[in-house]
Amino acid sequence: MSSADHAHGHDDHGVPMSFVRRWLYSTNHKDIGTLYLIFAVVAGLIGGAISIYMRMELQDPGLQYMQSGDVWNVYVTAHGLIMVFFVVMPALIGGFGNWFVPMMIGAPDMAFPRMNNISFWLLVPAFLLLVMSLFVPGADNSSGAGVGWTIYPPMSSKLGTPGPAMDFAILSLHLAGASSILGAANFITTIFNMRAPGMTLHKMPLFVWSILVTAFLLLLALPVLAGAITMLLTDRNFGTAFFEPAGGGDPILFLHLFWFFGHPEVYIMILPAFGIVSQVVSTFSKKPVFGYLGMAYAMVSIGVVGFVVWAHHMYTVGLDVDTRAYFTAATMVIAVPTGIKIFSWIATMWGGSIEFRLPMMWAFGFIFLFTVGGVTGVVLANAGLDVALHNTYYVIAHFHYVLSLGAVFGIFCGFYYWFAKMTGYEYSSFLARAHFWITFLGVNLTFFPMHFLGLAGMPRRYIDYPDALAGWNFVASIGAYVGGIGTLIFVAVVIEAFIAKRKAADNPWGVGATTLEWTLPSPPPFHTFEELPRIK
Amino acid sequence: MAHEQKHPYHLVEPSPWPLVGAGGAFVMAMGGIFYMRDIPYGGLVALIGLLLVLKTMYFWWRDVVREAHYQGHQTPVVQLGARYGMLLFITSEVMFFLAFFWAFFDMALYPRLGTWPPAGIVPFDAFDLPFINTLILLLSGTTVTWAHAALIDGKRRELLIGLGLTIVLGAMFTALQAFEYSHAAFSFNEGIYPSTFYMATGFHGFHVIVGTIFLTVCWFRAYAGHFTPEQHFGFEAAAWYWHFVDVVWLFLFVCIYWWGA
Ligand code: HEM
Ligand SMILES: [Cu+2]
Repeated sequence: MSSADHAHGHDDHGVPMSFVRRWLYSTNHKDIGTLYLIFAVVAGLIGGAISIYMRMELQDPGLQYMQSGDVWNVYVTAHGLIMVFFVVMPALIGGFGNWFVPMMIGAPDMAFPRMNNISFWLLVPAFLLLVMSLFVPGADNSSGAGVGWTIYPPMSSKLGTPGPAMDFAILSLHLAGASSILGAANFITTIFNMRAPGMTLHKMPLFVWSILVTAFLLLLALPVLAGAITMLLTDRNFGTAFFEPAGGGDPILFLHLFWFFGHPEVYIMILPAFGIVSQVVSTFSKKPVFGYLGMAYAMVSIGVVGFVVWAHHMYTVGLDVDTRAYFTAATMVIAVPTGIKIFSWIATMWGGSIEFRLPMMWAFGFIFLFTVGGVTGVVLANAGLDVALHNTYYVIAHFHYVLSLGAVFGIFCGFYYWFAKMTGYEYSSFLARAHFWITFLGVNLTFFPMHFLGLAGMPRRYIDYPDALAGWNFVASIGAYVGGIGTLIFVAVVIEAFIAKRKAADNPWGVGATTLEWTLPSPPPFHTFEELPRIK
Repeated sequence: MAHEQKHPYHLVEPSPWPLVGAGGAFVMAMGGIFYMRDIPYGGLVALIGLLLVLKTMYFWWRDVVREAHYQGHQTPVVQLGARYGMLLFITSEVMFFLAFFWAFFDMALYPRLGTWPPAGIVPFDAFDLPFINTLILLLSGTTVTWAHAALIDGKRRELLIGLGLTIVLGAMFTALQAFEYSHAAFSFNEGIYPSTFYMATGFHGFHVIVGTIFLTVCWFRAYAGHFTPEQHFGFEAAAWYWHFVDVVWLFLFVCIYWWGA
């Protein structure tokens, strides 16, 4: 198919549009996907800079750069909320989901293109509100909301954070949540209603399956968060008592509501990465995914079971022993479908003719490092052990292995896999390899020592630590700087590719790349699949 | 549209309303914060934001109606998509209410202050006004179904009457609820019972108002002859929404007004 085939009809063909119409009023899934990706990169650079600053502070015992623990808490909060809501979710779901779900199912666009655009544009005010919250009064004598990404009361109540910073953060989450709920409804409708003839559910690429399950998690979990933070807002400003013991309420109620959202949320961040890794592993092993249906339904069962394990984040709040036994058992159950995925990726590679192109390197890194995080997750799932490990750096190590080294590796995996498709250019393999290896080294140096720090009892969300822990903290900080250099190289990869303008082939990956996006030109024309493909 | 589009989907033209709507949401959020924190003109800013949002809704849906009604973009597949969209939206609303019911049951089943309702709270008599409101909403559920049947049979007059009655009943419900609120023996900020009560019933009341507006728009569209026996998804979406509001009320009535008192 050549782009000349598309020169008919609509006035928006071949993009003869003004900047405003094309980028601000957009109803095109690829352009909106691009906006999401740019947004995620910008937010990621900000969130990443904050984390480097945090590691600078922790590099040595004592206070170096920040005036007080309140300031530290504000940075922790900003880092967490930015990375979750404004980097990982927009990149994986809004960015790659928008670009490739319609293409992989052979649809010309998303089901609700205008709604797609408001999903993106709501993120901008949401992000602005969060950034503004940093500069308005929060806790006494300091600005910003220092409450952690989990925004527990009473820290987030009027008591803990009297200033308006918290209200900014709450409304930021409201807008981000609305954005995601609309996006979720859009993806589900697109996938159910717009598959090309012959594209049955059981033939859909696993990336599409992953976005489908993710969208259901978003649709069902985010409204509960919205309800919880609405109650928090009225507690703060209109005198209700949901989380106020004095009025008969209870902060534990907030924890339940938050984690009923929060646990599905962690899968929201990882499932799309699972999907990308599945595509990449299959492409570069030149084999179909091993156990395709098992892979698809493993994601479905992770999604379902993910709704009934939330209290494993609350083992230390005084739940009775039966409740903790249940949540321990239920949490362990999730390791089963997760294991199915890991083993199926390995089985896909087994006997394949593997090519270590860049996306495959990230996929390999993902599988290896995510497994480390999954294993520490199973450790934490034990209520008995978790009493000692909860709120220590062990938990930080766990979730950074699944997020920074899992979800973020998934993002880079997708980025290098689809960069040529999205832009039409090839990146410099040398620079990209440098990006991979330096990042790999940096993040492991940063996060592996945190296991030791956690086991030694170092509490999270604290600006200082005893001298005895100085060694590993120093290593972790060095790792963060190495990782920071890696990020700069990533920026260089992108800039270099746009300057050098090496034309990419329509399918640079060869016979292993079997999904529909590779049948299109690189970059694809403004409208794709005006004539629907037929899947045998 | 006239040109040779080879698939049944609707590729929407670029539109300014998403951007305006997101901007409106931002202004509204800022105004809301100013208002809550007693910063001057907060209410005014919030109102401007609200107007922007309302403007967005008006023009956005005007465009949708035009595309469906005058430009023939609503192919069967596109209509099916709209159905999915509406069902999913209602699902998310159900989960939103789940949060408030969760709060209610946690507090009512394990009262932190010993009893439920807490000492000193005089709840409403469920079989006084709330029961009448239940009957009103149930009746409105039947009138909207009558209107739907009339629409399918092509009986325009009955459609307008049935729909009109539904709107009147919805307005009556809101009026009675406002009356009840104004005679309550407890106010929003008097502890956990009023918190759960007003939050759940208040959000429900808001949804009733939204549903009534939705039905009213449908009435005018029916009057203008937009709906045919074959194609009337706008009406059906409003009816679904109305039934959802109805069912939430039944849960509120049984759990909060009756059992919870
Ligand atoms: C085998 C699968 C997993 C198991 C059994 C598991 C288990 C747990 C447990 C028990 C905790 C609570 C630790 C504590 O606070 O004391 C936890 C925390 C956490 N997990 Fe996992 N996890 C798994 C996978 C994941 C994945 C895939 C992600 C995200 C991509 C993730 C993200 C997180 C986060 C963000 C936290 C910390 C939340 C916070 O307190 O701020 N986990 N995990
Ligand atoms: Cu969890």
